[in-house]
Amino acid sequence: MAIVTRGFTGRGRRDVNLPPGQYLTEDFPVLSAGPTPRPNLDKWQFTVTSETGQRFGWTWPELRALPSETVTVDLHCVTRWSKLGTHWEGVSVDTLLADVDTAADFAMVHAYGGYTTNLPLADLLDGQAWVAYRYDGEELDPEHGGPARLLVPHLYLWKSAKWVRGIELMHEDSPGFWESAGYHNYGDPWREQRYSGD
Amino acid sequence: MARAAVQRRLTWQPATVAQVRTETESARSIVLDVPGWPGHVTGQHVDVRLTAEDGYAAQRSYSVASAPELDRLELTVQRVPDGEVSPYLADVAEAGDQLEIRGPVGGYFTWRPEAVEPVLLVAGGSGIVPLMSMIRGRAAANSRVPFRLVYSARTPDDVIYAQELSRRVRDDRGLDVAFAYTRGTPAGWPRPPGRLDAALLAEVGWPADFIPAVYICGPTGFVEAAANLLVAQGHEPQRIKTERFGPTGDREAAA
Repeated sequence: MAIVTRGFTGRGRRDVNLPPGQYLTEDFPVLSAGPTPRPNLDKWQFTVTSETGQRFGWTWPELRALPSETVTVDLHCVTRWSKLGTHWEGVSVDTLLADVDTAADFAMVHAYGGYTTNLPLADLLDGQAWVAYRYDGEELDPEHGGPARLLVPHLYLWKSAKWVRGIELMHEDSPGFWESAGYHNYGDPWREQRYSGD
Repeated sequence: MARAAVQRRLTWQPATVAQVRTETESARSIVLDVPGWPGHVTGQHVDVRLTAEDGYAAQRSYSVASAPELDRLELTVQRVPDGEVSPYLADVAEAGDQLEIRGPVGGYFTWRPEAVEPVLLVAGGSGIVPLMSMIRGRAAANSRVPFRLVYSARTPDDVIYAQELSRRVRDDRGLDVAFAYTRGTPAGWPRPPGRLDAALLAEVGWPADFIPAVYICGPTGFVEAAANLLVAQGHEPQRIKTERFGPTGDREAAA
């Protein structure tokens, strides 16, 4: 039974269906652990590495030449804000992995600046994840992860690595940056998996 | 606080307000008694949950302001005008009130007294709070590691912990503090009010060849600007840890 806090009435009862513990925002807050990297587009590359070491790479023009999708998704950040109905354009991870022969169950996502995050490969497939480069009809801002970020909206937003540069496929799971710093390994907002052990 | 480092499941714990202290017109410090609290690593935060009589609950994260301590911690909360939890903590809570917390949380934006490199702290507004925990934790652990704080506030009246900071500059060996004001300065201040810029950071910060560990905390725009300035001055991005809060406000300006 939760403790009732004297004098707290709450600002408003929830009028939309949000994951537990989340509140609605119209802003687009930023959460990053360090300075914003600014990779040079001439040298930018996105790489998929299979568990056998096979590499598949795309330059910036090559990525932009791939068929893209536009999606409207809800974002849920572990810091408790949720933003509904955001518009993105990018390449489905299904497209990037189409020619990759893999038996891996897990993926480590790598970003410029050194950030990493891990997730089951299944969560990146079947229309659930994109490498996104446009937000709300414009090129993605650096502070929101531009030139390109991963977008995995069914998990807490730290899984949607900003400044993404590659996906490494793995047989064994291994924790990424926040997953090593006390945050949940999977991060399902609807099960409120914020911290390790939730 | 060795117990804080042990990976364990974070459960909600009852906390009782022991004391509240007004810091500025919009910020208060709240001392909480939390039986069994394991202490924290400076820079970490806690989650606070408030529950209304009808069962409605809201939770937010707040940085710990105090030095690590067993069974007790202190938060400093700045009122967010249309916020839900901060107005309660900044205006309503009083000694004896009960709420719930869980934590400590966060294993990256942290400073441990075993660290030996010099530390540059850069605070914007209430971003001072986790950095103050580091300053207090340094003194409590008798660390002599050089600490420099660059603290940007709107006006002198908006400076949180002003008296304690001036006392610590006198008493804590190896700590120094430089203020920067964005809206209004004390009389006779050598610089006009303005945003933190490259010239000021070069003057009051530390050169990159000092190789300090850098911690920046504040609103997103402030942190973004300060981090970019420090990178441009040659500080290694990997040595700059940031914690941001608040909306970005202006997407165009960010591009």
